[in-house]
Amino acid sequence: MSAQTLYDKLWQQHVVHEEAGGTTLLYIDRHLVHEVTSPQAFEGLRLAGRKPWRTASVLAVADHNVPTKDRQDGIKDPVSRLQVETLDRNCADFAINEFRMGDARQGIVHVVGPEQGATLPGMTVVCGDSHTSTHGAFAALAFGIGTSEVEHVLATQCLMTKKSKVMQIMVDGRLGKGVTAKDVALAVIGEIGTAGGTGYAVEFAGSAIRSLSMEGRMTLCNMAIEAGARAGMVAVDETTLSYVRGRPFAPRGELWDRAAAYWRTLVSDPGARFDRVVRLDAARIAPLVTWGTSPEMVAAVDGRVPDPAREPDPVKRDGMERALAYMGLAPNTPIAEIAIDKVFIGSCTNSRIEDLRAAAQVVRGRRLAANVRLAMVVPGSGLVKRQAEQEGLDQVFIAAGFEWREPGCSMCLAMNADRLEPGERCASTSNRNFEGRQGPGGRTHLVSPAMAAAAAVAGRFVDVRRI
Amino acid sequence: MEKFTRLEGLAAPLDRANVDTDAIIPKQFLKSIKRTGFGPNLFDEWRYLDHGEPGMDNSRRPLNPNFVLNQPRYRGAQVLLARENFGCGSSREHAPWALADYGFRAIIAPGYADIFYNNCFKNGLLPIVLEPALVDRLFGETEATPGYRLVVDLEGQTVSTPAGEVFRFAVDEFRKHCLLNGLDDIGLTLRHVDKIRAYEERRRREAPWLFA
Repeated sequence: MSAQTLYDKLWQQHVVHEEAGGTTLLYIDRHLVHEVTSPQAFEGLRLAGRKPWRTASVLAVADHNVPTKDRQDGIKDPVSRLQVETLDRNCADFAINEFRMGDARQGIVHVVGPEQGATLPGMTVVCGDSHTSTHGAFAALAFGIGTSEVEHVLATQCLMTKKSKVMQIMVDGRLGKGVTAKDVALAVIGEIGTAGGTGYAVEFAGSAIRSLSMEGRMTLCNMAIEAGARAGMVAVDETTLSYVRGRPFAPRGELWDRAAAYWRTLVSDPGARFDRVVRLDAARIAPLVTWGTSPEMVAAVDGRVPDPAREPDPVKRDGMERALAYMGLAPNTPIAEIAIDKVFIGSCTNSRIEDLRAAAQVVRGRRLAANVRLAMVVPGSGLVKRQAEQEGLDQVFIAAGFEWREPGCSMCLAMNADRLEPGERCASTSNRNFEGRQGPGGRTHLVSPAMAAAAAVAGRFVDVRRI
Repeated sequence: MEKFTRLEGLAAPLDRANVDTDAIIPKQFLKSIKRTGFGPNLFDEWRYLDHGEPGMDNSRRPLNPNFVLNQPRYRGAQVLLARENFGCGSSREHAPWALADYGFRAIIAPGYADIFYNNCFKNGLLPIVLEPALVDRLFGETEATPGYRLVVDLEGQTVSTPAGEVFRFAVDEFRKHCLLNGLDDIGLTLRHVDKIRAYEERRRREAPWLFA
């Protein structure tokens, strides 16, 4: 057999049936469900008199609408409450495993899945959420789907889809001090653009990727979708196996040995052919800050906001001008002169224990700058929160003036009560800086947890390498 | 699903690249547990001058006169002209639901984000890809010609202009077949129940940890 990519292997293992023309029924091993994109799917099942094909494959958790404080009061917004209650009812009716709001295991679906070992190497993982690409960090084939497909997977355990092209993104060399997986993700998006990965599944490889922790790999794969790629992946190595071992849903004993032996084969073969290869030099990546309303609008922290007048492409120039107007920024402004109003440390991109440790390390012994109105830390799950508290990180944040919240998606997309007011500027560890994403009129700058923490204490963006 | 065969419809130009699904349908409207009713909140933040929330009477809200779809000449548009990477961002199917509920049946752009593109086909909404230069020309003609209508023929895979120019577009055969006949994907897949069961049996032996 010819040399295969990791993607080829994962794909081939899951083909149930192939139609002429390449449309394929792909078997789905793990279906993660949240409250926003599932109600219409369950309703569809009911209307057609169908039942979930294999309920044991489904794990549900409410994350988008949940409050991050005063949980004992429940969800105040009745529309949000109904959506969460609808998930509870659907899971009860169809006997689906759900971590409810009071459960310590509740959290952001893309933090919870890996944390529980519900995401395993070699799996196909889907969820009605674009950031499902996160789970590819485990050498799983994981991607976001729409609600019609959520219903389809519930009813048939399969997805009707077509094979993607495969891109390899090689990041070799050593990341500098203070440069994180988030900066690699932003550097990749800056390099290939937000549509650069359209039509591709991306495998991240190279020595810099091998050196990343699982948390870092999840951050990177999480943002593959921001480069347009539905799926991001990293090959299995010992880092993967040692993360998975002992997790509640992971196999044990003899089954673990069998599984691990198979998982070790989940790498791209030497000589495997990729449709496109992109190379980045890790040593050249600086801490990055987005300046616009698309994740590709990114600059080094010691750089400047670009000048649209220098952009030859009229559509791009128009986009830059619009972005600068929305962001309230002038061309050529040094990034380090941009002052902020709020700080958000959280989201499926950066709310895991390693992220909170990195932020706490910068914050320790310092205070929020006077101009920062609100800085919040929202752990990715109840278990991340508990771990952080055991390490005393909560006290570090609280002493500095941060708010320490309950887990959920929170101000990444502001579906709950956490949001920016019009015109407010935020240093955010989330994944999207779209207009209105964190609240109507809100201005988002995407950064790493350490950079967000540094901005919180300085009141403006500063180079985390210099503090 | 509603069939799509042939459409003759008014075109409306949305002249910006990277239109994301947060812009197409802002998050506060995703709290609905229904599949319908998203049309009045399509492009909500661009379309209205005030801030929209679920449950508002949208007919009483102040419209943004500068937003293209609010111009009377584009009222009733069924073909949306868009730029590169339309529908990027989240997987929310509420985006095609809102576009379809508003009245759009087809989109023409140089490219779409993958998940959005896929979601359109599940909702009788045809996303057409044409060369950037051609899309650019259609933008020019639409803006210059009030009442500019395009004919989209899915069977023949063509877009025709009022001047009689005909542009061919590519579409996956299987998706075309489903859209032309309004077929339900789940029903199609369930024809293969035996294959799904056989696959599961094999996998239970090969990778039993997946079924624990």
